[in-house]
Amino acid sequence: MEDADILFGIYCPPHPQPLLSPDASEGYAKLRQAFDTCRERIESSDADLIIVYSTTWPSIIGHQIQAHPEPEWVHVDDDFHYLGSMPYKFRMDVDFAECLADSAKERGLHSRTIAYEGFPIDTGSVVALKLLNPDNRIPACIVSSNMYSNRAETIVLGKAIRDALAKQGKKAVAVVVSSLSNRMFTEHIDPTEDRIHSSKDDEWNRKILEFFADGRLEDLSQLSREIHGQIRVQKVVAYKPAWWLAATMGQHNNYDGEVLAYEALHGSGGAVVTLTPSSGSFGDKEFDEDDVEFYHGDRDVLDKGML
Amino acid sequence: MPKGEIVLGCLAPHPPHVVYAENPEQNEPTSEGGWETLRWGYNRLARKLKSIEYDALVIFTPHWQTYIGTHFLGLPEFKSKSVDPVFPNIFRYNYDIKVDVDLAEKMREKASEHGIITKMMRNQDFRVDYGTITSCHMLNPDWDKPIVTISSNRNAHYYSAEVMNEQAAALGRACVEAIEESGKKVVLISSHSLSHRHFVSESPLPEDMSREHIYNHSQYVWDMKLVDLMREGKMKQLIDILPEFTEQTIGETEAGGLTWMMSAMGYPEYSAEIYGYQSVIGTGNLVAAWDPSSVTREIVL
Repeated sequence: MEDADILFGIYCPPHPQPLLSPDASEGYAKLRQAFDTCRERIESSDADLIIVYSTTWPSIIGHQIQAHPEPEWVHVDDDFHYLGSMPYKFRMDVDFAECLADSAKERGLHSRTIAYEGFPIDTGSVVALKLLNPDNRIPACIVSSNMYSNRAETIVLGKAIRDALAKQGKKAVAVVVSSLSNRMFTEHIDPTEDRIHSSKDDEWNRKILEFFADGRLEDLSQLSREIHGQIRVQKVVAYKPAWWLAATMGQHNNYDGEVLAYEALHGSGGAVVTLTPSSGSFGDKEFDEDDVEFYHGDRDVLDKGML
Repeated sequence: MPKGEIVLGCLAPHPPHVVYAENPEQNEPTSEGGWETLRWGYNRLARKLKSIEYDALVIFTPHWQTYIGTHFLGLPEFKSKSVDPVFPNIFRYNYDIKVDVDLAEKMREKASEHGIITKMMRNQDFRVDYGTITSCHMLNPDWDKPIVTISSNRNAHYYSAEVMNEQAAALGRACVEAIEESGKKVVLISSHSLSHRHFVSESPLPEDMSREHIYNHSQYVWDMKLVDLMREGKMKQLIDILPEFTEQTIGETEAGGLTWMMSAMGYPEYSAEIYGYQSVIGTGNLVAAWDPSSVTREIVL
């Protein structure tokens, strides 16, 4: 793998409250403040690019990469439409998007760029880019989360991003948009009474945040399957954000982690975390799952050994 | 005022490929056709609808996913462009939709009385989902009837497919009460595939039918099991096994639409009209209808 320059990583939630109703509760305001802190850090960095992996952009046909130079629309969330509309106009790094699509293919992934007027950019990406990069000072790249992909494919996608960054010599901030626990309340609530849906979810979230604070990103990556089983609603095959972020940032535990906020968002766990590469390793795990370099696709198990 | 009634129930899958293949003027991409077995079935059902007197189409869509209750479109008109987030290369559809807000509000009110969490959607910038647009376009390409769109509350993700079945059935009972009180004649649409495992790659020409087949034989066998039960008029039995079907086939029945429609129609014990079955990018798709009138009910296929 070629060297890539990731200045720092951000983990942030997809819900629209920090953007549309930050004053509705103390918690939402803290999340908004944390987003603002991240925005300031991006502005003071010399990043060439913001790369967003959003869990609220599911894809089926491989990995889609937004490549419209200036996607523009007014987005409305499926659940929280009553909070208001989200007009957006973003600036995409089209050259990087094309390079990433090629890099992904070179590693065996099915990928394609998409550049259509009116394409529905997802809530998570809209919230992240409007709060982290409101003036489009830095171009962005948004990648989808394939609903069928699992660990190997997601890790290879992260490595393809590193390949593309190295090829173009660009410095990037990696942003993963995802809740921690994602169990929401099923009724409408008073925002001032928002809380994590259950003690179990809260305890798991806090354990994950301990890992983040210690910079143990690769350890979290290795715990993804356990996290998925414990606190993730089983609507997709796996909890992939830590796989993607770890692979994109180099698969180690050498980061300065900072938890800027942790609050409830309609019952789910919303955290804003930064991870900055550092020296010195922290972690107490060794791993036996293969470190995948190339995605070979289906293994055709069903067609083998047929009578 | 005479009591309202359901005059037809339609299972109307929404792969955008069928609209793409029809080449309507509203859709920007153009094709050389494809998926004729499904489309011709749709065309025939659309002709039947033209012969039926009705006031509104009520559609339950899996692609308006809500987790906080069941939502209803609550403004009289929506005009915009729908771009499919998964297949933007084949579906970029300019729509102009009229909504029967009175009926939607009546359904929301009844659902609320039944203890279902509800919400009216009154944001004019809201983009109507492509499931609604595809199914409604294929059934009524003239768009000359108002619609009611009901979101799919994805409680199955929090609980189980069995709970989804129960909640969707309760919503169906509430909706039929609303329809009866409204005095309107209504067509119900359950918008979804049966088995729902996709291929994750696409041929260079999406409508290349030499590449199209069901994802695997297990999906096909399950789909045919459901078709057999529909032909035999055993809809209660079908709904009872739906959680297992959904789990085994990653079925889009997980959204609750078929259960909602069958509950509203009292679990028909007469044969469904089968209009066509075909795979689309590996998923199993059936066009079918339930006609409560024994006078107009047909054996189609």
